[in-house]
Amino acid sequence: MLQIILTLAIFLILVIPMGKYMYHIATEQKTFADKVFNPIDHLIYKICGIKNEDMGWKKYALTLVTANAVMVFVGYLILRIQNLLFLNPNGIEGMESSLSFNTIISFMTNTNLQHYSGESGLSYAAQMCVIIFMMFTSAASGYAACMAFCRGLSGRKLGNFYRDMVRITTRILIPVSFIVGLILVSQGTPQTLMQNFTVETIEGKYQDLAMGPVAALESIKHLGTNGGGFFGANSTTPFENPTVISNMVEMLSMMILPGACIVTFGHMLNDRKKNKVKATAAAVAPAKKKILMGRQGAVVFGAMAILFMVGLLLCYNSEMAGNPVIGEMGIDQSAGSMEGKEVRFGTAQSSLFTTVTTSFTTGTVNNMHDTLTPLGGLVPMLHMMLNCVFGGKGVGLMNMVMYVILAVFICGLMVGRTPEYLNKKIEGKEMKLVAIVILIHPLLILGFSALAVAVSGGLDGITNPSFHGLSQVLYEYASSAANNGSGFEGLADNSVFWNVTTGIAMFFGRYIAIVAQLAIAGSLLAKKRVNESIGTLRTDNVVFMIVLVFIVYIFAALTFFPALALGPIAEHLSLWM
Amino acid sequence: MKKFGKMLGKAFVFCIVMIVLCSFVYPLALTGVSQLTMKNNANGNLIDKNGEPTNNIEEAVGSELVGQDFTEDYFFRGRVSSVNYNTYTEEQKENGEYTGVSSGSFNYANSNPELEKRIQEDLDEFLETHPGVKREDIPSDLLTASGSGLDPHISPEAAQVQVAAVAENSGLSEQEVQDIVKENTEHKVLGIFGEERVNVLKCNLDIAGAMGLI
Repeated sequence: MLQIILTLAIFLILVIPMGKYMYHIATEQKTFADKVFNPIDHLIYKICGIKNEDMGWKKYALTLVTANAVMVFVGYLILRIQNLLFLNPNGIEGMESSLSFNTIISFMTNTNLQHYSGESGLSYAAQMCVIIFMMFTSAASGYAACMAFCRGLSGRKLGNFYRDMVRITTRILIPVSFIVGLILVSQGTPQTLMQNFTVETIEGKYQDLAMGPVAALESIKHLGTNGGGFFGANSTTPFENPTVISNMVEMLSMMILPGACIVTFGHMLNDRKKNKVKATAAAVAPAKKKILMGRQGAVVFGAMAILFMVGLLLCYNSEMAGNPVIGEMGIDQSAGSMEGKEVRFGTAQSSLFTTVTTSFTTGTVNNMHDTLTPLGGLVPMLHMMLNCVFGGKGVGLMNMVMYVILAVFICGLMVGRTPEYLNKKIEGKEMKLVAIVILIHPLLILGFSALAVAVSGGLDGITNPSFHGLSQVLYEYASSAANNGSGFEGLADNSVFWNVTTGIAMFFGRYIAIVAQLAIAGSLLAKKRVNESIGTLRTDNVVFMIVLVFIVYIFAALTFFPALALGPIAEHLSLWM
Repeated sequence: MKKFGKMLGKAFVFCIVMIVLCSFVYPLALTGVSQLTMKNNANGNLIDKNGEPTNNIEEAVGSELVGQDFTEDYFFRGRVSSVNYNTYTEEQKENGEYTGVSSGSFNYANSNPELEKRIQEDLDEFLETHPGVKREDIPSDLLTASGSGLDPHISPEAAQVQVAAVAENSGLSEQEVQDIVKENTEHKVLGIFGEERVNVLKCNLDIAGAMGLI
């Protein structure tokens, strides 16, 4: 338990300066690294013809979708013809069409659901030009949308999509990935363009060792909350995740940017308050107060942290309790349920990783989620269903703000106050958009799950009997719609049915939400500010934080509880009762 | 229409610039620096028969980080693997039993009867080949499958229950085997992070060395 607490403490220490740095980047303020990056950025602006013009929410959203669409097209082409391209030392064939469709949607939407196995399905060129490329650009797209959203809420213009993309990529993603990559290599992650090795063992047998530019992919995979592994078994494989140090570096790198987004959000809102104070008391010299993340940011961060800790404790304790079936055989299970886990990580690092990867919607795994205990497996599923426990890069914060607006609205109705958030009135239009975002998620998960268990194409994929079979289906669609990408890997999901349905779930799960959220930001930005009065519901105190946690749980419980009861909860009861 | 065409063109140029930056400049730079400064680490941590790092594929007997399948009774055995550690004989490759390099687990749910069956069979076999071992002394990691199918480690307890049988079959004394296990036990980082674990391949290299097999 101590190692879990210390890891989370390191996260808190790192996230504050990172959030501040991101805030400086998002608001185009000076940073210490401008001397290096300004010339690079200007060169890219020049080549691409990017001007420093504000886009407005409609153009911003349209540009995001167009840029992503072009990348999808190019990526799809590369996957189909990878056998003809360069850097294919292991002689991999071109990818089949429904699998290519699924793969490309999966990586563009930051999901990284993998229905192929990296060792046998992708050439090094495809790993680099499709997978690594999309890991950068999908992460940057999510971040760009989030920054535009935060600017809108804090009363700024929405900004320019391409500038946001370039600045996040050159100033954060590439340099940090490079450093993380070097740390991973030092732990033993390969980084080579040579082909796979075959060695002769001391028993006179042979062993194949899969190689490749693993470290380069591994670092951006976590930093960009992507999660798609170089190898089939993802971060459980020794080459992707060789030691406990690499394990912690991978966890921290997937946590830092989603966490930092909230700090950035807090700083942006705090600015606005400062400006207001300056305007009213112009004579007083503006006292520059140092803040960590601002009160509004802290409320959101605190609510997420509570949700996270509840999940983590449930997962850890459930895994430590072990599997009663194995316990009955009389063997020693004091280390917890070890099926599908690695000895070097044990139960503590595994359950932490599981909770982190699904809360921060990365989808990388360091143990096999299909073999988790029923309640241990319920936690990752639930966190993907909530989709706002920190969440993926940028989008998690936007999803949580949806719940914030919902909470403000519900509380407003209950006490008879006008719903306001950040000095803007919440009205019918915003609530409709919020409702779309909150409803599309369960609709995709539950709708497709119902379809999958009704038709033979879906049922054929299920590989575990009884209640767990339903869990496999639910997990797959929760993972798709939340753009997470982990899986109950037993599911035989490389079929036309699964490739197409999860592809659709990933696509709508990502773009409907982002466009609606940008529309909310645009709509709030256009409204006049209202002054705080005695009738205003405060959204920057502990009471509201607790209300927020309850709102999230109530909505999740209402929508998902029946399905969860038939899957993991029923499995748990059947094992232990 | 013209405006949309322009927008598409811009998106395309941007896509190409990003490919150059993210797919070539970054990974190639990382490859260059890693290969120059950490050659053994960047190429899979291969080791030779003395357990020393090597970059010569002819001398290598495996990777320090990847487990192997051991069947001889004088060697320690590792965890259950669904992919047999990508280890195979020439015969198995020819008759198609080995289908190529992969990774993963059986993905049996806790409630899956197949899991119970597999563990029960392995348990019976283990008790038979390791006389004197009590059920409650066998830690579960020895009979459960690893996530990757390539786990190089077992827990110290899982090594302990094998010591007597390994000593018996190899002709080494129990003390010698204990020393080998101790030598190849890896510890928690700073005494806090991770788990105590024993590297199976390195133990077996030492045993083979002591027996004069290599």
